[in-house]
Amino acid sequence: MDASLFSSMLFATVVAGTPLIIVALGLLVSEKAGVLNLGAEGMMAMGAVAAFAVTHHSGNPWLGVLAGMFAAMAVALIFGFLTLTLQANQVAAGLALSIFGVGLSAFIGKPFESIALPAVPAIRIPFIADLPLIGEALYNQQALVYLSWALFWAVVWFLYRSRAGLVLRAVGESPASAHAIGHPVIRIRYLAVLFGGAMAGIGGAFLSVFYTPMWVEGMVAGRGWIALALVVFATWRPLRVMIGAYLFGGVMITQLFIQGSGMQLDFPAQFLSSLPYWATIIVLVVISRNVNTIRLNSPVSLGKPYRAEG
Amino acid sequence: MTQPIPPAASTPPRLVLKDIRKVYPSVVANDGVNLEVTPGEIHAVLGENGAGKSTLMKIIYGVTRPSSGEMHWEGKAVTVDSPAHARELGIGMVFQHFSLFETLTVVENVALALPGKPDLGELAQRIEEVSKRYGLPVDPRRHVHALSVGERQRVEIVRCLLQNPRLLIMDEPTSVLTPQAVRKLFETLRQLAAEGCSILYISHKLDEIQALCHTATVLRGGRVTGHCQPAEETPASMARLMIGKDLPVCEHGSSHSAGEIRLRLAGLSHATADPFATDLRDIHLDVHAGEIVGIAGVSGNGQQELLRAISGEEPLAEKFPVQILGVESGRMNPGQRRKLGMCFVPEERLGRGAVPGMSLADNAILTAAKSQHFVSGGFLAFWRARAFAENCIQAFSVKCGGASAAAKSLSGGNLQKFIMGREILQAPKLLVCAQPTWGVDVGAAAFIRQSLIDLRNRGCAVLVISEELDELFEICDRIAVIAKGRLSPPRPAAETTVEDIGVWMSGLWPGSELGEPHATPSAEVSHAPA
Repeated sequence: MDASLFSSMLFATVVAGTPLIIVALGLLVSEKAGVLNLGAEGMMAMGAVAAFAVTHHSGNPWLGVLAGMFAAMAVALIFGFLTLTLQANQVAAGLALSIFGVGLSAFIGKPFESIALPAVPAIRIPFIADLPLIGEALYNQQALVYLSWALFWAVVWFLYRSRAGLVLRAVGESPASAHAIGHPVIRIRYLAVLFGGAMAGIGGAFLSVFYTPMWVEGMVAGRGWIALALVVFATWRPLRVMIGAYLFGGVMITQLFIQGSGMQLDFPAQFLSSLPYWATIIVLVVISRNVNTIRLNSPVSLGKPYRAEG
Repeated sequence: MTQPIPPAASTPPRLVLKDIRKVYPSVVANDGVNLEVTPGEIHAVLGENGAGKSTLMKIIYGVTRPSSGEMHWEGKAVTVDSPAHARELGIGMVFQHFSLFETLTVVENVALALPGKPDLGELAQRIEEVSKRYGLPVDPRRHVHALSVGERQRVEIVRCLLQNPRLLIMDEPTSVLTPQAVRKLFETLRQLAAEGCSILYISHKLDEIQALCHTATVLRGGRVTGHCQPAEETPASMARLMIGKDLPVCEHGSSHSAGEIRLRLAGLSHATADPFATDLRDIHLDVHAGEIVGIAGVSGNGQQELLRAISGEEPLAEKFPVQILGVESGRMNPGQRRKLGMCFVPEERLGRGAVPGMSLADNAILTAAKSQHFVSGGFLAFWRARAFAENCIQAFSVKCGGASAAAKSLSGGNLQKFIMGREILQAPKLLVCAQPTWGVDVGAAAFIRQSLIDLRNRGCAVLVISEELDELFEICDRIAVIAKGRLSPPRPAAETTVEDIGVWMSGLWPGSELGEPHATPSAEVSHAPA
C-alpha cells in the first residue's frame, strides 16, 4: 500500500469513527449512572435534522451543532421524564424513542432533502500536521474530531478522577445505597441522561453538517445502535469504546475502498458491507471476556428503575 | 464482663421522639413510638423482625418520613428530610445490609459519604488514624468486593466515625460477626459512648443487649411495649416484653446411634469463574441418617457455593465428590438429585425457595410434583397439588389466605414454614437447608427448629447451614465450620463450645494451616447425644 492511500484511509477511518465515539461516550456516562437509553438512534436523527436545518438557514455550522445538541437533549428529556419521574420501563421507552426520533426527523427533514450544504473547512494544526504519513490524516481534521478526543479525556477524568464521577458511578451501582448516604439519585440520573442526549445530538450533527453535508432520511443508518453495542461490548470502559469506534470506522472504510476499487470478488458485496458490524463486536467480545473486568465495570443497576422510599 | 453504667440522669436528652407513627399502604409500621436518648448513652431498641425497629431508625436517619409525630434533636424540633440532612445534624448510621459500593475502593466509598471534595490520599490517612484509634483495622486502598463481611462493617463504622457523629445508629450489627469480633465491636462502642457519643443499638439478641446497653426500649407490632434497664433484667423477662410470652424451648430428644451415610462429600473442590465468589477446597463431610449436622461460618465463606454444589444448581465436573444415598451424583441436576430422596430449602425464600407471584399450590408443584405424583398421563392434577399445599398449611400452621394465596403475600416466617412443610411432607431421606430461621420471628423459628429435630428423630439425615451459632448448638448433633471455602472436621456439639467454634470461624482449626487434607470423616468418633 502506498503512503498516500494509507494516509487517506486513515483520514477516512478517523472521520467515520468520530460520531460513534461522541455518541458512545455520552451513552457510557448515562449507563454508568444506571440508565439504559436505547433511544440513541432517534436522538442522533433528531440532532442531525435540527443541525442541518439551522445550518441551512443561518449559514453557521456551529449554530447547527448547538441546535442538534438541544434537539437531542429535548428528546432525552422526554425519555428521562418517562423513565425517571414516571418510572416507565427503560427498554420499552428507549425503543419507542428511537422509532419516534427517526420518524419525526424524517417528517421535519422533508423540505431539506436534496439540498447540499457547503463543506466546512478542516482545521489544520500547524507543525504536527506536517508529520509524514499520519500528519495530514490526524491533524488536518474537522473541529469535532478534535472535540471527540477532548471529550474522551474529559470523560475519563470525570468518571475516574472527579468526585462527581465517583458519585455517578455509585448511583449506577447501587442507587439505594447512594440515596441512603444522601445523594440525589434521580437528579444525577437526569443529568446523565441529558449528557447522553447532548452527545447523541452532536454526533448526529457531525453526520449531517460535516461528514456528508446533506440530509437524507435514515442517514444515521444504525450508528446509534452500534454506539449502544460498543458501550456494552467495551464493558463500559472509555478506552475500549474508542478502540471499538475506530475499528468500526477502519473496517467500514477498508471495505468501501475494496468495493470502490473494482476488484473482482468471489463473494457477495453484502458480506463486505456487513463486515464492520460483526467484526467490531467479535473483537470487543474477545478482548473483554474477562469476567473480573466485566463485574468491576458494568453498572449493576443498569436499566432498573429506582424509586426513593418514603 | 463489666456491667454497663448508665450515664448521669441529669443530662438533657440528645434525641427525643414523640408519638412517631408510620403507615405503609398495607401495614402500620410504627404506632405512637416515644424514645429518648441522652449523650453517652447506649440505648437498645429491642424487638422481633417486623416489630418496626428498622422503620423507626430510617425515620431518624431521614431515609423515610413519618406519617405523623415529632422529632427533637438537641432541644430543637427538626424534620429530617434526607440522610444528608441527618449527617449534617450529626447522626450516623451503620446499616444491616451495608450501603457500600462493591466495585469501588474503601477510600472511594468513604469519600462518597463526606461533604466537599476530600483529597483521596489525605482521606486514606485519616481512615488509618481513625481505624487505629478505635481498633478497627481496614486497608483504605482495597476494593470492597474483596473484603470479608466483618471488614465491610468496619468500613461502614469508620465511614460514620469520620463525620464525628453525636448519635450513631447500629442496625443488627452482630449478625455477620464471629463471637470474638462482637466483643471487639462492643469495646469500640463503649469507647465511643465514653467520649459522649449516643448510640442506638438495634437487635433482637438479648444477651448482647444485656452486655452492652444502658437502657432499652422494647417494640412489638410497631408499639412500645416497655422500657427497661437491661442490667436489671433477665433474658427471659426481656423476651416476655419482646414477644409477649415466654421464649419457646425446643425439645431435643435423645439422638439415635448414627445410621447409614446419606450424604457424603468426598474431596469436593470447585473453582468459580465469578471473582466475587469463594472457591470450595477439598471438602469432606458425612451426614448419617438420624442426625443433624450443622455448618457454621461467617457469611461469604463459601456457604452459597457449597449449597449450590450439593443442591445441583451448579453441577460439578466429576461425579464422585457429591454422593447422595450412595449414588455419585456430582453431575446430576437438582431434579435428578431430588429423585434420589434429597429435599432442599435454600436461603432466599422469595425467588429461590418460592416463586413470589405464584400461589402456594403452584409453588408446591414446583418441588413436589414428582414425589407426590401430581402428574398423571402428562396432565397436572391440580386438586392433588392443592390438597398437598393445604396439608402443608395445616401441619405447619402457616398463617395465609389459603392454598391459592400468592407466595409473596406471606410474611417471611410463614413462607418459611410453608417451604419447610413442603419439603418435610415429601418425607425426604436427606434434607439440606440454609438459614432456616433467618428473618423469622422467635415463635416460628422455634417451630421450625422443632420440626427439624422431629425429622431427624424419624431417621432423616439433616444438613443445616446457618450463621446463627445459638441455633446450631440448639439443634445439631455435630457441627463443622466453613471458612474461606474450607470445611473443618465436624465436632460433636456436646463436646464443643461457642468459643471454640468462634475461633474456627476465622479458619483456625487444628491442622487447617498445614495444608494437609483433613482426616477422613469415617475415622471420626461417633457423636454423642446432645
